[in-house]
Amino acid sequence: MSILIYLIPIALFLGLLGLGAFIWSLKSGQYEDLEGAAHRILFDDDDPPSQPFDSENSA
Amino acid sequence: MGQPALSDQPQLHGALENDASNHAPSGYATLVETTPEGLNTISILVSGVHCAACIQKIEGTLNHQPEISEARLNFTTGRLAITWSGASSNIERYIKSIEDMGYPVNPYDPNIRAEETKAEERFLLLCLGVAGFAMGNIMLLSVGLWTTTGETMGLATREMLHWVAAAIALPTILFSGRPFFRSALKALSTGHANMDVPISLALVLASAMSLLETMHHGEHVYFDSAVMLMFFLLIGRYLDFRARQQARNSATDLLALQTGFANVIEKNGQIRKILISDLKEGQHVRIAAGEKFPTDGQITEGRSEIDTSLITGETLPRTIETGGNVFAGTLNMSASLTMRVSAIAKDSLLSDIIKLMEEAEQSKARYVRLADRAARLYTPVVHTLAALAFCGWFFIGGLDWQSALMIAITVLIITCPCALGLAVPVVQVLATGKLMKNGILVKSGDALERLSEIDTVLLDKTGTLTLGRPTLENPPDGQTLRLAASLAAHSSHPLSKALVQSYEGPLAKAENIKERAGQGLEADIEGRHIRMGSRAWCGDKNAAQSDTLELWLDIEGQTPRLFTFTDHLREDAAATITAFKNAKIDTIMLTGDRASVAQNVANQCGIGSVYAEQTPPQKYAHMQSLKDQGRKLLMIGDGLNDAPVLTGAHVSIAPGTAIDMAQNAADIIFMGDRLILAYETFKTAQFNQKLVKQNFALAVLYNIIAVPLALAGLVTPLVAAIAMSGSSLIVIANSFRLKVTK
Repeated sequence: MSILIYLIPIALFLGLLGLGAFIWSLKSGQYEDLEGAAHRILFDDDDPPSQPFDSENSA
Repeated sequence: MGQPALSDQPQLHGALENDASNHAPSGYATLVETTPEGLNTISILVSGVHCAACIQKIEGTLNHQPEISEARLNFTTGRLAITWSGASSNIERYIKSIEDMGYPVNPYDPNIRAEETKAEERFLLLCLGVAGFAMGNIMLLSVGLWTTTGETMGLATREMLHWVAAAIALPTILFSGRPFFRSALKALSTGHANMDVPISLALVLASAMSLLETMHHGEHVYFDSAVMLMFFLLIGRYLDFRARQQARNSATDLLALQTGFANVIEKNGQIRKILISDLKEGQHVRIAAGEKFPTDGQITEGRSEIDTSLITGETLPRTIETGGNVFAGTLNMSASLTMRVSAIAKDSLLSDIIKLMEEAEQSKARYVRLADRAARLYTPVVHTLAALAFCGWFFIGGLDWQSALMIAITVLIITCPCALGLAVPVVQVLATGKLMKNGILVKSGDALERLSEIDTVLLDKTGTLTLGRPTLENPPDGQTLRLAASLAAHSSHPLSKALVQSYEGPLAKAENIKERAGQGLEADIEGRHIRMGSRAWCGDKNAAQSDTLELWLDIEGQTPRLFTFTDHLREDAAATITAFKNAKIDTIMLTGDRASVAQNVANQCGIGSVYAEQTPPQKYAHMQSLKDQGRKLLMIGDGLNDAPVLTGAHVSIAPGTAIDMAQNAADIIFMGDRLILAYETFKTAQFNQKLVKQNFALAVLYNIIAVPLALAGLVTPLVAAIAMSGSSLIVIANSFRLKVTK
């Protein structure tokens, strides 16, 4: 049972790590656009989107 | 892009540029803010964003610009934040490029969005996260406590586990229990008891007694139950808050979409674009043909026709001259006008309507939600049961006070409304989310519950049963229509737009275009001089007068032709009425329009009772008398004249094209042209309510089983944990049936 002396603090530490990550993600606004995040995963970063931006003739 | 289509592009472009320079300096540049790093930043609302490709297209195009450091689009709210270096006027280019991609852009008014609700949401989420962390860790310890006895584990180990659990649970309850404690204190300070009082009591007593038990080397501690209870309740609380906030957000988004710009005439005659919300009394505003009046005011210059259908329900345009009063939301149809902004319209119509709305607001009894009614019943019952358990075991059962109190606390914990607290919010969040996907915004939390109870539907005509915009009734042969549409394309008059809409194909090039204020438009097309406009200007003065909307086309060397326009019924108007009728719901039409027109529409869509030529006070009185008969009314309307009825009715729905005031007054707003959405919302509301009631029944059933166990003192921490999580999961699973069904 004496192993608990180590295991419980380790478990708590890992849990706190998770909690810290959650608080960080909350503070950095990652819960503000949940639907958008669901769509963003579909982006293909290797393929730069759309034609070049041209203010004169983009119509 | 196809080459031929570009042939008349330069000309259109020229027109756009002229238009822009007229209003310089433009409005968006004034909204740009400077960050501490010296960068420019702006938030705008982009509509029509539906998928990942839209986000990528908009963000990608903007981020392609070297000077833009960040462009980020919030998919949920449609808010696009752009940060860039360089001239603040660049924003005009960015906005143009977004509009060119086909996404309408509106200024974003930060004042509309309440920042505090965001803070509140974060606070709840934080409490939930902390509670979740604590619950996980305590459960980890509890598994050991549940599965072994003091003898096998060793008393010292058990005690240590109890102390670790206490060390996690106590700060957590103090931290994450705050939403409940605050609400309970608030209720108690006004001499009431709400659902949060027994919750807080259970949390505090359970932790305090468990701490005492730990100190006295006791066997059972309820830290795990207390934290679990709190975690489940916080989930319910958070979902409830999100459903409400989503409703509020969608409403404020609608308002934000309508904050456009107005063209103010400066003292030196220059025209400047400013936000409508920044208009001040006494300012002079120019309203071009085809624009809506930004506020109430008085015409100081010009003569035109205005479309007041949103306000009066009247489909025919009205002539307005210098000195006439106009209201926000009215459409200027034919010629440019100048108006003076007046803060309070003295006109009787508007003040009447405002008075009626206030009256409706006051007379509307505060609706008590089913959940609140359940809570009212529940609170005293729980308190009595807990007190009985304590007294019974202490006085009759002969237990010492600690044990008796422990049993009373288990009663409090086990009856605590985990399932009850989740029964409504989960269904609500799922239902509003589902409706929103179909373009239906539920603005108030209890709207669906009220909607499920209705027995009568009141409908407005113009803009509700009908589309509220004219469409061409008698399209002529292709060649004539082509010429007419080619000319009409150069005007923003609603009738011209309707004409262009009814034509498909390439337009001819028009030259020497001249717009005659209040009369019409003339141009040379393919060598022929063509005029289009009012009867007096280019029509056949001897033709029979009709009361439909009309436009005359005079092609050189031909007899003038008449185009008539009507406000068409929504395609599914009749189907919607039939659907309501089949659901045994009465349908009644209330309109300000003339009896003949109203009856005609009623016949087409099968409405039995028609009340035409109703002034706003009459509409309101009619609603009141129906209410007095004990009917539960659903009002569907879009105009200013409907606003009092929308406010006063049991529940109300407005189309997305309705004016601000009507959208504010309504509980539910649907987007697009499909009226049947109103019926679909009703069906969803009914199903929603059925699920809520089932959930309540499940919660009651759970209590019937669990409470006797608790009273008998048989509930150990393990039983409490299983009972609470089991009942909550069943309720959630039942709610998700809403997602599965169509």
